Amino acid sequence: MRDVTLWREPVPPDGTMGEPLARGRFGEYGGRYAPESLVEACHEVEAAFREAWTDPGFRGALARLLAVHAGRPTPLTPADRLSEALGVRLLLKREDLTHTGSHKINNVLGQALLAVRMGRRRLIAETGAGQHGVATATAAALLGLGATVFMGERDIERQALNVFRMRMLGAEVVPVTAGSRTLKDATSEAMRHWVGATGEAHYCVGSVVGPDPYPWMVREFQRVIGEEARAQCAAELRTGVPDHVVACVGGGSNAAGTFAGFADTPARLVGVEAEGGAGASRGRLGVLHGCRSLFLQDDDGQIVEAHSISAGLDYPGVGPEHAHLRDLGRARYVTVTDEEAVEAAVRLARTEGIVPALESAHALAWVIRAAGDGELPSGSTVLMTLSGRGDKDVSTLKELL
Amino acid sequence: MTNSTLAAGAVERHLRARRDTGNGLLMPYVTGGITSGWTDYLRAFADAGADAIEVGLPFSDPTLDGVTIQRAGDTALARGASTRRILADLSGLPDLGVPLVVSTYYNLVLHDGPETFCAALREAGAGGLIVPDLPVHEADELTDVAAEAGIEPVLLASPATPRPRLAEIARRSRGFVYAVSLMGTTGERTALAASAAELTGRIRRLTDRPVLLGFGISTPDQAREAHRHADGVVVGAAVMRRVLDGAGPDDLRVFLTTLRQALDPRPSTRSVTDHDESRRRARGEISRHRRRPRREDPVGTLRPR
Ligand SMILES: Cc1ncc(COP(=O)(O)O)c(C=O)c1O
Repeated sequence: MRDVTLWREPVPPDGTMGEPLARGRFGEYGGRYAPESLVEACHEVEAAFREAWTDPGFRGALARLLAVHAGRPTPLTPADRLSEALGVRLLLKREDLTHTGSHKINNVLGQALLAVRMGRRRLIAETGAGQHGVATATAAALLGLGATVFMGERDIERQALNVFRMRMLGAEVVPVTAGSRTLKDATSEAMRHWVGATGEAHYCVGSVVGPDPYPWMVREFQRVIGEEARAQCAAELRTGVPDHVVACVGGGSNAAGTFAGFADTPARLVGVEAEGGAGASRGRLGVLHGCRSLFLQDDDGQIVEAHSISAGLDYPGVGPEHAHLRDLGRARYVTVTDEEAVEAAVRLARTEGIVPALESAHALAWVIRAAGDGELPSGSTVLMTLSGRGDKDVSTLKELL
Repeated sequence: MTNSTLAAGAVERHLRARRDTGNGLLMPYVTGGITSGWTDYLRAFADAGADAIEVGLPFSDPTLDGVTIQRAGDTALARGASTRRILADLSGLPDLGVPLVVSTYYNLVLHDGPETFCAALREAGAGGLIVPDLPVHEADELTDVAAEAGIEPVLLASPATPRPRLAEIARRSRGFVYAVSLMGTTGERTALAASAAELTGRIRRLTDRPVLLGFGISTPDQAREAHRHADGVVVGAAVMRRVLDGAGPDDLRVFLTTLRQALDPRPSTRSVTDHDESRRRARGEISRHRRRPRREDPVGTLRPR
């Protein structure tokens, strides 16, 4: 079994990226804005998580699943040829090499184990790109649970292969026809479904969004990315800590997990959003899907549809902790266009032999741009989380290229 | 007289007074801006004997609504409905003699800020506010400013609410307590959920504030059964399905009259003159003596229990 001491929580003295404040707050964001029918269910999840997270038995069981099933730890790959071309030292944290092909599995294995501990028999999930849905279907199969995955009709068309994978894994995939028929609508539908199923099913939220305790709990389950990367950087870099830590941000779970490993270091944290889904960069204060955070809205307060080539970044908001990190100035949030992301994906394929997910390609696109315009001084060290592999996006790319 | 009656606002006093007549309370719902002449529905509701009217401000992501009210919201938004326009429509109405209770999701309240939002509701003549995604432990930000603006924030209780929080909801809710009849979203159901009776019983042991059952109540039989447990009913999806199918204000008046009769102990206790009066008031023939609910309204006698 893996060394569980790696799971310590190096919370910086100011508490950044530690436990949320009372009532699930990260600064003014977060909270539990759930319908009364879900408040008790959220409370049960919180109580179960608090207990499990201090239980070495639970930690050990999760560490073992992550090792023997998901293939952790994932390697840190120096992107040598690209680094040379860019004039910076780029290290890739390879979440694309996990079983099921993205970081989503880290969170799902944690929540699935928790669901079993709570006596639940079924997992409910929303999915955009299908990666969280596939991870949920996988964990459900592994632990003998049922799985019901809500997915917008438009995403079902865009991500047909992942729909098939989920069904092959035994999950029920429910098409969502409401609203923009993408991730935000799938999330609403999953919440509605959970209201009628709280005693029997656990809602396995896929990112650091939703009512308390989800933003905190999902970040803790993703913390393994940052913890491993920190130890790997310490071995790889003369300075021990990279100058910049970069990750893409949809809801923000791979970024939160990565940042959590470096919150108490001098590393500069950069979250990269899709131009058409930039909740942290352009959102306004609001409440959606159970939490208070930043959301894209029109002048009347209606939530605006996000538009991104990558289904996983097609969410009009951002997790509450990112909104807080932004306000604190501890992390910066930047945006990248569809074109830049596609270009970056091709470049990584041709220089490093890695086809990234289009979500992850956004993070890389910013590194390429910032190295070009001097924002990343030559010689800087950059850790970038490569959140997923590009298999799911090849049909999208094939049409564009 | 109890403290809670002394502190009661106009919506609550109106509902208590109506309850004291022995009739069940009827609160139909309409999505604001659903048609160009949507306020005619309000008049029809009042004519049919509604005791309060719920006006929904449509939101893009209604996480607690089933397909019917989702579709109504989408339709209204596609027609260009917004908080501002709907409240402007309400401001232009003569007094219906029935309290208006606005319902919406918290994002729309936060958008203008709770203070501005509540002031705008008051300005438009609304007396209460229901926010289904604002549970009691997050409600502080709204309740104080609402009280100041003269808006009664109604809290929801659910079959899953444990006793300590139920007590807090019963204590802090204003106007009435909204009892969610079942663990689910809004939408018509074939029968009243078993959880409805249990929940209303638990609420009644905590407060004598009016208790209205909502979610799934769609037929006279269900309304009659609901009244055996609660003071009255909220009827939303059953109204909006008809509206979406093209039913006009007159059709809705007929439908709601069947619910009205089911809620009254004897079908015709509510006199014709009552209806006549509200109709004449709607036409402006009776002076608008109660343009807005006023704090100094006379308090109805408490129902003995
Ligand atoms: C590969 C990949 N990266 C990133 C994301 C975005 O999610 P998050 O911001 O929560 O990491 C997704 C979501 O589907 C994804 O599949």
